[in-house]
Amino acid sequence: MSAYIDKIKEISNRLLKESKVDMVIGFRKGTVPMMNEPCFAKTPQDVDNFVWDSNCGINLANYLTNREEKIGIIAKGCDSRNIVTHIIENKIKRDRLVIIGVPCKAMIDRHKIETMFETEIQDVIEADDKIIVKGDGFEKTLNKSDVLQENCAICIHRNPVKHDEVVGDPVEEQKDVDRYEDVRKIEAMPPEEKWRYFDDLISACIRCYACRNACPLCYCHTCFVDESRPQWVGKSQDPIDTRTFHFLRAYHCSGRCTDCGACERACPMGIKVRRFTKKLEKDCLDLFGWEAGMTLEERPPLDTYRSDDPDEFIK
Amino acid sequence: MKFIKIDKESWAKGLERLDDSFRLFGPVKQDKFHNFKELDKGELPDLSLLNTRLSPKSVVYPQSEVMFEYTLDENKEDHHILKEIDKDYSPRAVIGIRPCDAKAFLVVKPNFDAPEYKDPYWIKSYEATTFVGYACDTPCSTCFCTPAGCGPFHEEGLDLLLVDTNDHYLIKVITEKGENFLSAAGWGAEVDADAASDQIETMRHTAEAKITSRVSTDELKDKNITDLFEASFWEEAAFACINCGTCTYACPTCWCFDIQDETYGYYGIRMRNWDSCMYPLFTLHGSGHNPRDTKIQRVRQRFMHKLKYYVDKYENGIQCVGCGRCIRLCPVNIDIRRVCELMNSYGG
Ligand code: SF4
Ligand code: SF4
Ligand code: SF4
Ligand code: SF4
Repeated sequence: MSAYIDKIKEISNRLLKESKVDMVIGFRKGTVPMMNEPCFAKTPQDVDNFVWDSNCGINLANYLTNREEKIGIIAKGCDSRNIVTHIIENKIKRDRLVIIGVPCKAMIDRHKIETMFETEIQDVIEADDKIIVKGDGFEKTLNKSDVLQENCAICIHRNPVKHDEVVGDPVEEQKDVDRYEDVRKIEAMPPEEKWRYFDDLISACIRCYACRNACPLCYCHTCFVDESRPQWVGKSQDPIDTRTFHFLRAYHCSGRCTDCGACERACPMGIKVRRFTKKLEKDCLDLFGWEAGMTLEERPPLDTYRSDDPDEFIK
Repeated sequence: MKFIKIDKESWAKGLERLDDSFRLFGPVKQDKFHNFKELDKGELPDLSLLNTRLSPKSVVYPQSEVMFEYTLDENKEDHHILKEIDKDYSPRAVIGIRPCDAKAFLVVKPNFDAPEYKDPYWIKSYEATTFVGYACDTPCSTCFCTPAGCGPFHEEGLDLLLVDTNDHYLIKVITEKGENFLSAAGWGAEVDADAASDQIETMRHTAEAKITSRVSTDELKDKNITDLFEASFWEEAAFACINCGTCTYACPTCWCFDIQDETYGYYGIRMRNWDSCMYPLFTLHGSGHNPRDTKIQRVRQRFMHKLKYYVDKYENGIQCVGCGRCIRLCPVNIDIRRVCELMNSYGG
């Protein structure tokens, strides 16, 4: 990973120096373990602050929405797919972007690691495929592969799908991954059990909307939960409203979600928000052979109409 | 000053006795982390935690609170009339609240209980509550209570301070409310005040020494409001923020709410729900104009309110007790300690 950061800095400095971009969007070191902060660099000094490690799970495509500057952006596999989606949905222009691709080595799950320890984690260090966790009076070495973000563990597009620059050789993509084991389990439940499952899943939700706001797809100027005329959803802690929020948001993301995991990473209550979006993602694959953000040439299945659609009901 | 010793066996027994006269709230591990909740009969508060995920402000000021009910049925005589809802203001106690979270109630008090405005719900709940603090001997690295004008053994806002000496609890009686709570529990082994006080002092020093976050707030008061408002650092400081509001929901000193009516057929309620200055809707006018339409404006508002407007208006320090929740929970690592330093040192 350290080779990546040298390359990231070199490319960023060059782009800024040659005025190819006004800013580069990347990460700087966080103030707490397992956190980095998205930031921009406009000068070589800013570039010096850039870092790259397994704590760069935030989806940076989220920071591009409606921006007009010329921007260099550091992009993992999933970010690059959301950048593609952004371009298709007119949220950013391709010619305003220089995509700096990072062949991704997967991100670690800070929620999971936190819950593995009874006391506070004070420092987390990475060494190759090991994660060393330190606290007051303890030190433990974990295998990185055991503590990946759940979406990263099953990711099959770690290499950026579109890039103008790249910081390293492609990584080997994972093969024979069963991406939908959890979804199939839920699909197999009888309806009452499904209700219970989802109610349990979101019982701790405080409706802060961090999951929505961390998601690059959720750029609506006024989200349906915030609409007041008409008011679609109540604003209290009523479980019906919380449920409505989660189900509807998932539908709004269908055919667009890249399973980047930003929502789950952001949730302060550790809720597995992807259990909702993944079902729709699976359906899009099963029904339309579609994976979001892989190409600029085709529109997502739910925002196109074809007169030769095989289904009668839509004609 | 009075001090009581409780051995750990009589702790549970006392709590059981209290069940008759108090609604007890305490930290409980739910799934993966701790939160404050009303304790079931016989359920013990789990004091072995660092701190709860969310603050205990909801014990006095719930996230959603119904205030009135009404009927829209015109066949009823009292249709379209808001009627206050009966609520339980019987004595309650929060066991194991941290000193920072207890002080936070005093930080928000000037807002809910001002000479010219009184918030009846907050005041009645607050007055019904006895605060039994738990002195922190293992602060987190994100705690900065001491520089925020509070501390791991701080007593402001507490009725009793519970100190865990490993083989027993020492309780320092701070107020009359605390005294009443003790007698209801039937704990009464008074100990020598000087010895207990010395022991607690020593523990306090050790705990305070563990708080290593240094945040300076001394210059905030003297800064010019407009200079800070227009400071150049806001663009950089606000960039990562996704305006999720997690920081404000988790914060013990954030007090904003929104009022909503909800109807089910003819029946309706008027309730208030926590709101957040991080949300675009927060300041949206009926005209469609939004004076805080951009992220930078909203982030600036949160920090200016906590670290400048509050300081100037109430002369009561900053609107933050240094619990560190916003730092631990922010999904993109916006750190109030960093922003506070930027503000405090701005313009030399
Ligand atoms: S989802 Fe894939 S590309 Fe995205 S961070 Fe995880 S491993 Fe990397
Ligand atoms: S981030 Fe978590 S707590 Fe917040 S709305 Fe989403 S699921 Fe609920
Ligand atoms: S500062 Fe962090 S927690 Fe607060 S609104 Fe912004 S992103 Fe959310
Ligand atoms: S601003 Fe942050 S540190 Fe201060 S009281 Fe609120 S949550 Fe705690």
